[in-house]
Amino acid sequence: MEPEHVVIIGNGIAGVTAARHIRKLSDKKITIVSAESDYFFSRTALMYVYMGHMKFEHTQPYENWFWKKNRIELQKGFVERIDVHAKKLYLKDENTIGYDDLIIATGSKPNKFGWPGQDLKGVQGLYHKQDLEQLEKNAPNNKVCTRAVIVGGGLIGIEMAEMLRTRDIPVTFLVREESFWNGVLPSGESQLINEHILNHHIDLRLDTNLEEIIADENGHAKAVKTDKGDVIECSLVGLTAGVTPNIDFLKNSGIDLGKGVKVNRFLETNINNVYAIGDCAEQHEAIGNRRPIEAVWYTGRMMGETLAQTICGNKTAYQPGHWFNSAKFFDIEYQTYGWVFSERNKKETELHFHWRHSAENICITIAYDAETKEFLGINTFGIRMRHEIFDRWLTDKKDIFYVMEFLKDANFDPEFYKNYENDIVEKFNSAFGTQINPKKKSWKRIFASS
Amino acid sequence: MKIIQKIGLVIFLIGLAIFTVLPLLGTFILNENSLGQIVQEKNIKSAVFIENLKDNIVNKEFSGMQELSPVVAKALKSANETHTENKEYDKKIYTSTSDMASLIGKKSGSGFIVNNKGLMWLLTFGLGIIGALMFITPQVVTLGKKGIKNDHIYHQDSTNRGWIAWLVFIFLVSFYIVLYFASEYAVNWTYLLDPTSEALSGNPAGHWFVYGFMYCVVMVVMAVRMYIKYRHNVYQMVRTTSVLFFQIVFAFLIPEIMVRLQMPYYDFKNAFPLDYDFFFQWNLKSLLDSGGIGLFILVWGIVLTLIVVPVMVYFFGKRWYCSWVCGCGGLAETLGDPYRQHSSKSLFSWKVERWLVHGVLVFAVGMTVLTLISFFTASGTVIGIKTSSIQNLYSLLIGAIFAGVIGTGFYPIFGNRVWCRFGCPLAAYLGFVQRFKSRFRITTNGGQCISCGNCSTYCEMGIDVRAYAQKGENIVRSSCVGCGICSAVCPRGVLKLENGPEEGRINPTEILLGNDVDLMTLVNKKRSS
Repeated sequence: MEPEHVVIIGNGIAGVTAARHIRKLSDKKITIVSAESDYFFSRTALMYVYMGHMKFEHTQPYENWFWKKNRIELQKGFVERIDVHAKKLYLKDENTIGYDDLIIATGSKPNKFGWPGQDLKGVQGLYHKQDLEQLEKNAPNNKVCTRAVIVGGGLIGIEMAEMLRTRDIPVTFLVREESFWNGVLPSGESQLINEHILNHHIDLRLDTNLEEIIADENGHAKAVKTDKGDVIECSLVGLTAGVTPNIDFLKNSGIDLGKGVKVNRFLETNINNVYAIGDCAEQHEAIGNRRPIEAVWYTGRMMGETLAQTICGNKTAYQPGHWFNSAKFFDIEYQTYGWVFSERNKKETELHFHWRHSAENICITIAYDAETKEFLGINTFGIRMRHEIFDRWLTDKKDIFYVMEFLKDANFDPEFYKNYENDIVEKFNSAFGTQINPKKKSWKRIFASS
Repeated sequence: MKIIQKIGLVIFLIGLAIFTVLPLLGTFILNENSLGQIVQEKNIKSAVFIENLKDNIVNKEFSGMQELSPVVAKALKSANETHTENKEYDKKIYTSTSDMASLIGKKSGSGFIVNNKGLMWLLTFGLGIIGALMFITPQVVTLGKKGIKNDHIYHQDSTNRGWIAWLVFIFLVSFYIVLYFASEYAVNWTYLLDPTSEALSGNPAGHWFVYGFMYCVVMVVMAVRMYIKYRHNVYQMVRTTSVLFFQIVFAFLIPEIMVRLQMPYYDFKNAFPLDYDFFFQWNLKSLLDSGGIGLFILVWGIVLTLIVVPVMVYFFGKRWYCSWVCGCGGLAETLGDPYRQHSSKSLFSWKVERWLVHGVLVFAVGMTVLTLISFFTASGTVIGIKTSSIQNLYSLLIGAIFAGVIGTGFYPIFGNRVWCRFGCPLAAYLGFVQRFKSRFRITTNGGQCISCGNCSTYCEMGIDVRAYAQKGENIVRSSCVGCGICSAVCPRGVLKLENGPEEGRINPTEILLGNDVDLMTLVNKKRSS
């Protein structure tokens, strides 16, 4: 008997993780269809290729023989249409692929909000491999690209700014908010990043919107106009105002769509044997504090792991644990565990304890419940923390006093680094009138499983 | 700043150019007196050879070793042929032509270079150091804010296997070939360092002294680069200082001072089997003949290998040696740092590595066993195998070609730890302990890895760090030298070098942190049923 055929559209982290785990658990026939690249690569690393830290091959976690050895068939092609009744995919090159199970893992595409001139030459996002290739053409150096304007105050925007700065290209950064990423970060941290951006010689314009991109006679962007009335001459416009699910090809397929592909907790769509995972999946109902669509790298990975279980006969609901994430803003590493909301989004019951180093770019913010003092989450800048420890503390609902007392257990900085737990706890004590004495790091506690 | 760097580069290149052409320059005239000295020192009994030298070399002017060396070689060869024919084996000369030419060259040098040692030092080493520092120090400013700065490594011909890298490769390989196989061409270099050598040990400099001195200079200059590049990273600063200290004090100064004090030349940190000739007959004899200090060295050498090494590896991993103490490691971490990204991470390389490095270890141990049997039975052969030919084979293949020519010469092409990874028998030994009985591991931080690949790219030992990090699995590979760069370049703070309890050190995980625990239990249950 022919083994069941699982077809996955998209070779990003979600699709590839699903494929790998299905292979671990079964002998099903697996095909991954992608038009973006021959082999899986880590999207998050594209910036390092432009900056010259790595070559594109280095972004590929598996060697090229891996796929054949694991019997994962890779098909290059662009899916134009799906017939869910005939269980068939129609590719742009007029090939068709039949499936028994279909996994949609097509990820996202950069947002465009209908700005005049948004489709001009020299205007681009940064998401796909092709965007990187485009950027090499648009901005190989500061002779070709005399100035870049980046629109959108998020993680991709600041990455793009960092990339362009490595080639000494002047960058103007238009951010809609009055402080960088302050929809996510509390004000102290947002302020720290504002300063860091300016320190890297970026013309940061807060509280500024794009109105129009102006074309030259060749249909190439030559300037942008902001809502402040400024006209900024530039040769590149980076659109990095977030992403939306990449699902246009699913219209009229009968698959239930919202902003993304609607899925239940088992990652199933309204059509039998059709599933969606990763950035393009939209939960019917948000899980906890999470948004229905999470364009986060590791949630794609987790959905892939979960769906592989379901497809291989162990029906499993997607249950993301405690929220965590990380990023890097130029030279400042950022980690977050649990929930620390910005002033804009936080409830009244969420209070923050903030500590910032007097000279270095190091700070932490701990969120806790006003009544119960329960520890809700932590943001760290310039300090690395241990994921396992915070995951456990969140599960155990420890209070902020406990977190302070055992903070040294959580430190994950490299050896010989200066530690700041004593300073942090000292400030905490003076703010709360407590007399907490931070406990020495203990392997026993770190390895204790709760 | 850019201008200072450019001037620095030019000055450095001038110094390097003078240093490079030096072996082909100079005037050599051997007088009767010096010949007498050589004959006496080397206990030369061959009248044929002495006559030949008197006729063809003495009081004649040679310009450059390239003129003198062939004449010496010819004389040596024809003398030995004559004696072989006449079965006068006691008159045969067993010194190699290279060594004989070096000896004669050293005694007969005259002219500008020999008379202006200080000036020549300034024009070579001096310009090299000044130029390099002028190029490197402005990086405090040009690299920008402190933090990991690997910008443009893959855009530059020097660090992306471009033409500059190939030139460096040719230079390094040629340098090592001269050092190991044509030391007579190093004679002019030795003159530059005679004053230094005489100040330290009381003896004129030989080509190994040139190498030792250069090693220290290169490490110091390139350590300045390390200090600047990794100025935000205390681990790198401390580690660099440590390798520098052990190189300068233990590998360079102490042995020279010991010679001055009539003691054997010995590097106290050089552990067997990296120090492969420790148990060779000549070394054991010289140690046993040196009284108390010789005996101490003998005991220390054995204790170092059998007790200090495993105990230290148990507590700290092999990094205490490979990236804090070892000279080869020291050069790799300073001079080799710009090339660390070239070590291959393919599965194929890993297979080759395991066979090769363990093969060398077996070879080294086998050779030592033979040597010791020979030593105690006072016989040159063991079960029909000539001990000295095994030793010579090892010295040539492993000691010279692998450790020297390939090990360092191939830095710009194959990465900076070719020798440590594929050839070092001590690394293989340390690795066994590290893999199976150690508190050391690289911890990966839960589910934070985004598989970007910086860690793998910059791992000098060719470990695919990412493969472990993306699974949330601790890294306990035997080859890891604990340089800490993977942790330094990780943009998400995923990796940390740790010496922790052995329990939980090896932690294969199926599902990463982030998914709810229930799922993990389910999967684990499914796996075990």
